[in-house]
Amino acid sequence: MTTTVAHVHDETDAPYALSHLDALESEAVHIFREVAGEFEKPVILFSGGKDSIVMLHLALKAFAPAPVPFTLLHVDTGHNFPEVLAYRDAAVAKHNLRLHVASVQEYIDAGKLRERPDGVRNPLQTVPLTEAIQQLGFDAVFGGGRRDEEKARAKERVFSLRDEFSQWDPRRQRPELWQLYNGRHAPGEHVRVFPLSNWTELDVWQYIDREDIELPEIYFAHERDVFQRAGMWLTAGEWGGPKDTEPVEKRLVRYRTVGDMSCTGAVDSDATTLDAVIAEIAVSRLTERGATRADDKLSEAAMEDRKREGYF
Amino acid sequence: MTTTTEQLSATTLLRFATAGSVDDGKSTLVGRLLHDSKSVLEDQLEAVERVSQDRGQDAPDLALLTDGLRAEREQGITIDVAYRYFATARRRFILADTPGHVQYTRNMVTGASTADLAVVLVDARNGVIEQTRRHAAVAALLRVPHVVLAVNKMDLVGYQETVFASIAEEFTAYASDLGVPEITAIPISALAGDNVVEPSANMDWYGGPTVLEHLETVPVSHDLTACPARFPVQYVIRPQSAEHPDYRGYAGQIASGVLRVGEPVTVLPSGRTSTIAGIDTLGQSVDIAWAPQSVTLRLADDIDISRGDLIAPSASAPATTQDVEATVCHVADQPLAVGARVLIKHTTRTVKAIVKEIPSRLTLDDLSQHPSPGQLVANDIGRVVVRTAEPLALDAYADSRRTGSFLLIDPADGTTLAAGMAGESFASKAETAVQADEEGWDF
Repeated sequence: MTTTVAHVHDETDAPYALSHLDALESEAVHIFREVAGEFEKPVILFSGGKDSIVMLHLALKAFAPAPVPFTLLHVDTGHNFPEVLAYRDAAVAKHNLRLHVASVQEYIDAGKLRERPDGVRNPLQTVPLTEAIQQLGFDAVFGGGRRDEEKARAKERVFSLRDEFSQWDPRRQRPELWQLYNGRHAPGEHVRVFPLSNWTELDVWQYIDREDIELPEIYFAHERDVFQRAGMWLTAGEWGGPKDTEPVEKRLVRYRTVGDMSCTGAVDSDATTLDAVIAEIAVSRLTERGATRADDKLSEAAMEDRKREGYF
Repeated sequence: MTTTTEQLSATTLLRFATAGSVDDGKSTLVGRLLHDSKSVLEDQLEAVERVSQDRGQDAPDLALLTDGLRAEREQGITIDVAYRYFATARRRFILADTPGHVQYTRNMVTGASTADLAVVLVDARNGVIEQTRRHAAVAALLRVPHVVLAVNKMDLVGYQETVFASIAEEFTAYASDLGVPEITAIPISALAGDNVVEPSANMDWYGGPTVLEHLETVPVSHDLTACPARFPVQYVIRPQSAEHPDYRGYAGQIASGVLRVGEPVTVLPSGRTSTIAGIDTLGQSVDIAWAPQSVTLRLADDIDISRGDLIAPSASAPATTQDVEATVCHVADQPLAVGARVLIKHTTRTVKAIVKEIPSRLTLDDLSQHPSPGQLVANDIGRVVVRTAEPLALDAYADSRRTGSFLLIDPADGTTLAAGMAGESFASKAETAVQADEEGWDF
C-alpha cells in the first residue's frame, strides 16, 4: 500500500501553472468563443450589475482586437438604481454596442402584467425576457448566473437548454462532459449560457480588482437614505417605499448585489475601495443573496420555480 | 481552520469529484469540507436548521445543503451532478458532487470527465463492495489522474489500523490493475471530523495527510502540458478595421501541451503547414503559451483555416481518421443501436457519423465483456466502432483527455447520446460468458 505524503509548495511558481483567476478567465473566454462559433444570434443579458460587467469585459477580451459579435439585452424593471442605468448607457456607448431594452413598466402600463402587492418586480422580469428572446430571435442568451449563488443554481449547466416557452427542466439537462458543450437546439428553442458558472463572489471581486474594471458607485460605501424592511436596508424611492411605519435614516452602506430597488438590500459598510470591499467579503458570514435579496427567500424552491418558468 | 484575507493571493484551482452514496457518508464529508472551510455561511446553515426542525429532525441535516431541487428534497435523493465551491488559503476548489444512486453511472462519468482527482468513499464496516469497484472503474476509464480512497466511519470500527490497511490494500491492488496512476488511501470519520480537515487524534498510526491537505497539495494539470500541443480552432478573428486591416487570428483554448512563437505547425485535416508568427493571450502578446490558456494564434502564412480545424506542431501532429474505435458511456434515455446515424462532436468539430458496430458491452462490477449487445441503453458502457463522414484529428484518450474525448449526438433533437473515449479503455479482461442483464446499478 502506498500513501503519498504531500509536500507543501506554492504551485503558482511551478512552470506552466495558471492562477485560479487565469484558469477561470480562460474557461469563460472559451465559452464565449464556442457560442460565437456555433450560434446565429447570441445576446448578453446586461444590467450594469457587477456580474454582467465582468461578462462584458470577458467578451471584449475574447474577440479583441475585433468587436464583440453580440448585442446586449437589459430587462428593465423600472425600479433600477439610476447610477446603474447611467453606467449601462455609458458602457454601451464606450464600446459601440447595441442595447435592446425590455421594459417591465411598459408591460404593466399595457395591462399585460400586474404589479404585485409588495411592489417587488424581479419575478415580473420573466415574461418580458422570454418575449424579447422570442421576438428578437435570439438563440443563445448569456447570463451572469453563478453556481455558487443558490442551491437550484448549483444544478445549472454552463449550456442550459430552454424549450420554446423558455422553460428549464432540470431532469432534461444534458450532461456536461469534458469541455464539450452541446448547444444543438430546435428552431424556437434557445440555450442559456453561463460563462461565470464556476466563479464565486470573491473570484468576481478579485477579477474586477486585477483587471481594474470600473463599477457603478453604489458598490462602494456611500451615505444613503434607507429604511428597514424584512431585515434589509432598502433605498427610499418612488417604487413604493417607505411606508409610514418605516422610518427613513441616513446610513453608510454599500450594495453586494444590484437588482431591483424593491428587493435589493444594502449592507452597512465603510469600504470605499476595492481592497476594502474584498476584505469585507472574505470575512463575511452571509452569502451574497442571503444578505441582500428578498426575492430568493420566498420559499425553499423559489429559485427553482422561477428558473423553470424561464427566469435567468 | 479559518479563512482570512490571505486567500486573496493567487492560488491554483483544483477540480475534483466525489463518488459514493449517502450511506457511505458522502453528504457528511462534503458538508464538513464546506463547513470547515467557511464555505457554508450563516444564512445557508440557518435555512438548513429551519427546514430540519420543521421536519422534526434532531440535528441539522447536512444533505439539505447539497440537495437543490424539490424532487430531491422530497425523495431524499440526489438527482443530478451539483457543483460546489470552496477555498482555502492555498487553493480554490470546484467539486462535482455526483449522486450515488441507481442508474447514475452517467453522473459519475460527467463529474469525472473534468476532474483532476476523484474521492471514492467506502464504509469501513463494509470494505470494498461492488459499488466501490464500479467507482474505481469509472475513475480509471475517465483517466482521472489522482484517486483518493476515503475509508469512512473509522469510528465505528474502533479506529483499527488493520481494518483500514486491508481495505486500502484491496482497493489499491484493484485500481492499479485498472491503470489508475496514483492512489492515496486516507482513514477518516466524516461525522467526528477525523482526518477530513484536522488530523485525527484517534489514529496516530496514520502518518499521511488529511483529505483537505491532500486536496491542497496534489499537483494540478501537469499532464496537460506534458503532452504534444493541440490547438482546436474555435473562431477566426478578423477585425477588418482601419486600425487592424490585416489582422487574422485563430482563437481557441490550448487543449494540451505548450506552443511557442517560431514553431512549425500543421493544420489538420488539410495538412497545410505554416509557422506560429505570434501568440496573443488575453491582452498581450507572448512567446509561449500552454494548456489550458485561451489564446489567439497568428500564423506566418495566409492559409485557409476555419472553426473545427486543429493546429499542432508539425513534429508531433496526430493522424486523422474516419474510423473511430472507442469506449462510450451511454448517457441518454433512448438506446444507441448499430446502424444509428449520429453526429460526433470532437473538440470544435462536429461531423456526421454512423455507428458501424457495437462489439461489446462492459459490466463494471467485474469488468466482464458481453459480445455484440446490438444496442446500448442508459448507463451502459461499451465499445463502439464509428465511421465518420469527414476525417477527425483524434488522439487516444489515454494520451489526451481533451482531444481524445467526443460526444455522440442525436441529429434529430440534439440530445447528447454518449460520452466517448477514443482508443483502448483499460487493460481489457478476457471475455466472459454472456450473463443476464442486471437491472439498476446502484451508482
